[in-house]
Amino acid sequence: MIRALRQRRVAATLLFLAFALLPIIAAAAGDPYLVIVATRILAFAIAALALDLILGYGGMVSFGHAAYLGIGAYSVAILSGAGVTDLGAHLAAAVVAGALFALLTGAISLRTRGIYFIMITLAFAQMAYFFFVSLSAYGGDDGVTLAARSTVLGRDWLRDDRVLYYTALALLVGLYLLCVAITGSRFGRVLTGTRENPVRMEAVGFTPFRYQLTAFVISGAMTAVAGVMLANQASYVSPAFMNWHRSGELVVMVVLGGIGNLLGAIAGATLALLLEEWLAVLTDHWPLIFGTLLILVVMFSRDGLTGLFRGRRG
Amino acid sequence: MTSLFLLQLLNGVQLGILLFLIAAGLTLVFGIMDFVNLAHGVIYMVGAYLVVSLSAWTGSYGWGLLLVLPATLLIGLLAEALIFRRLYDRPHLDQVLATFGLVMIVTELVEIIWGTSPLLVTAPDALSGSIPLMGPLRYPVFRLVVIGAGLLTAVGLWLVITRTRIGMRLRAGASNRAMVAALGVDIGRLFTVIFAFGAMLAGFAGALVAPILSVDPGMGESVLILAFVVIVIGGIGSVKGAFAGALLVGLVDTLGRSFGPIVLRSVMEPSAAAQTGRVLAPMLVYLLMAAILAARPQGLFGARP
Amino acid sequence: MSLLSVRGLRKSYGALKVTDDLDLEVAEGELHAIIGPNGAGKSTLIAQLSGQARSDGGSVRFAGAEMMGKPMPARVRAGMSRSFQITSILPAFTVLDNVAVAVQARDGSSFRFLRSVAREARLNEQAMQALAQVGLQDRADLRAGSLSHGEKRALELAIALATRPRLLLLDEPLAGTSGAEAERLVEVMAALKGRVTLVLIEHDMDAVFALADRISVLVYGRIVATGTPDQVRADPKVRAAYLGDG
Repeated sequence: MIRALRQRRVAATLLFLAFALLPIIAAAAGDPYLVIVATRILAFAIAALALDLILGYGGMVSFGHAAYLGIGAYSVAILSGAGVTDLGAHLAAAVVAGALFALLTGAISLRTRGIYFIMITLAFAQMAYFFFVSLSAYGGDDGVTLAARSTVLGRDWLRDDRVLYYTALALLVGLYLLCVAITGSRFGRVLTGTRENPVRMEAVGFTPFRYQLTAFVISGAMTAVAGVMLANQASYVSPAFMNWHRSGELVVMVVLGGIGNLLGAIAGATLALLLEEWLAVLTDHWPLIFGTLLILVVMFSRDGLTGLFRGRRG
Repeated sequence: MTSLFLLQLLNGVQLGILLFLIAAGLTLVFGIMDFVNLAHGVIYMVGAYLVVSLSAWTGSYGWGLLLVLPATLLIGLLAEALIFRRLYDRPHLDQVLATFGLVMIVTELVEIIWGTSPLLVTAPDALSGSIPLMGPLRYPVFRLVVIGAGLLTAVGLWLVITRTRIGMRLRAGASNRAMVAALGVDIGRLFTVIFAFGAMLAGFAGALVAPILSVDPGMGESVLILAFVVIVIGGIGSVKGAFAGALLVGLVDTLGRSFGPIVLRSVMEPSAAAQTGRVLAPMLVYLLMAAILAARPQGLFGARP
Repeated sequence: MSLLSVRGLRKSYGALKVTDDLDLEVAEGELHAIIGPNGAGKSTLIAQLSGQARSDGGSVRFAGAEMMGKPMPARVRAGMSRSFQITSILPAFTVLDNVAVAVQARDGSSFRFLRSVAREARLNEQAMQALAQVGLQDRADLRAGSLSHGEKRALELAIALATRPRLLLLDEPLAGTSGAEAERLVEVMAALKGRVTLVLIEHDMDAVFALADRISVLVYGRIVATGTPDQVRADPKVRAAYLGDG
């Protein structure tokens, strides 16, 4: 147990170090596009990390987390449209909106479990999707192009791709450390216990619902942060951010890296997006290969993807 | 106003019937097998695409529709035998991932075979007219045929479930899986039958509405999620619930879109009402689902929470 | 003065009355065993008392407060804990953490997000005490899922004890244990006698008659007799309904 945690610390240090060096390598290789792709990876890593908190530790299979990506992204679009361009304000608005949506939908979804929970989170995400589709002021179906990236202290520092990249990296590292603390805390222990055996937790005096809902809200708020970074990376926001395929991809990322250890989610996001990029270069029909791989891995590894990638851990 | 209401009422029923055909098989798969299937929507889509091709091949929509039934039944059987069967005792997460993979594959295959631009198939001439409904109001015959065919299927399904041996097993299985196994029913075969039959119903639904909708690669997705809403509202495993939920969702969605702004106009100024109505209408069915869940987490006819 | 006072408790599954207008008084400090033939409704009774199952009617007063309608966590926090007939532990947690999480439930808020719980010495110390009470102290760092069946039964007991209950409802604590394992658990229960009020459901009659201060006999959802082990053994009604066949 202790050793596994120490190993994770080493692996995390190495991974974040590699991320930190990437722009330098990209510059040396003369490929600035790499930084833009990597920023996208970082944004999804934040979302996957947030999803792992509830999926891996809380046992809640949310199939609607793309909604929070959209909520974060639209926080940028709507505030910028109103003349508020500060990144801090964008993040704050995203966190509040994401938390609120998670609180309302989570309170209802968490009255159920299993298949119901999966379907209901998916349905609520679709509701958010339609909401933004019908917002004609922000382009409806087509979305809206951002005039500029968020500002910091009134300056347009984020215009530099590398500054945006390091900002995303800083957020990822910060949120990763936050998640490590949360999962090792009193709260984290109760959350993990409700995943293992909710009746047992009730029988020692906990009401699982409160802890699950709190975790759901934290996760929603964190995913909205990822949405803010994604909007800045793409300089563009549309309802497609919250398409249900996106929710599915987030689940795939978390599972790909191994659920319930946080770092795996980050690795999974990196792996999935690189695979996508690579397959897309090979063929236009990359979903065909991606989908086939997904089915084969789930079917032929005994514990699904989790077992295959978990290796000797646990 | 009344005639417009009647028209939208019929459209709502028609959407409800369509959703029922899709949700009926799916709710049994969920209820009896405790299996999450995200790939049900793509079968509906494949049904629609197949009817386009088969109608062109046979020169008749009727024959095309008839051929879609065995074709989608076969697809269901194959998918069950090759993939789903191995996932029944897996965690929901694995089922979600594998069926999600299948969605990616089938959607891509459809785009490769049929392209991405919407396709059209025309209803037979005999059914392409419209009949007078009330005063000057007319309603397309084909939409009435869709409603009729859907209702007939619902009645047939109801007869199968209440009057036959396999129906009895289905009902028992939906409420208590362990009991059916204890009674010595071959669960494996029962699952295969339900699965393939559900796929056929979804394919039938897709083929049935192909002449009134545009057939495109996105058509399965919106319908899948609406079918989920139907199942959640009706209660997992309940065909009766799926029927009630489907009609409810069909009516609320259709009437909400056409009359929401009108109703809102009585409480706010017209431009604001139009704006709010446009935003709220597509969200109505989800809000309905939320309200029903808040009051009855197990759904209207569901046994288990 | 009774610590637990049950009046007119009812529950039916359809037409079947599982608990039928049941009255029960458990005095503070006693070990009160409930015996009865299979299907008499013993486990249902525990589920109703603990709040896991909803009752159709009646009253459950614990330490003077009405518990009816309160969910299980609230009853646990009020001082009524239970163990499960089918072992209910957190298999992926260590043995120590299984117990420490129970300590945590009554010791301060669990809405603390940043401080490492593994370093909270007070929780771990109290958890170790509970483990020592059932003789599992040298198993503390193992994964709970890797314990033997008898050890899991002991852990089940330690978890319940760690909630510091005034009343402990034990649902067949010896279920499935072998001779030596059962003996150890009986010793643990004997050591608890007098310090915690115990309601014990158990099929092992030797254990029941050795441990119990009083015994109630449950037949078809009703208590047909209550008394000391000797009184119950002599009661003709009990012999007819239950002991007669053995």
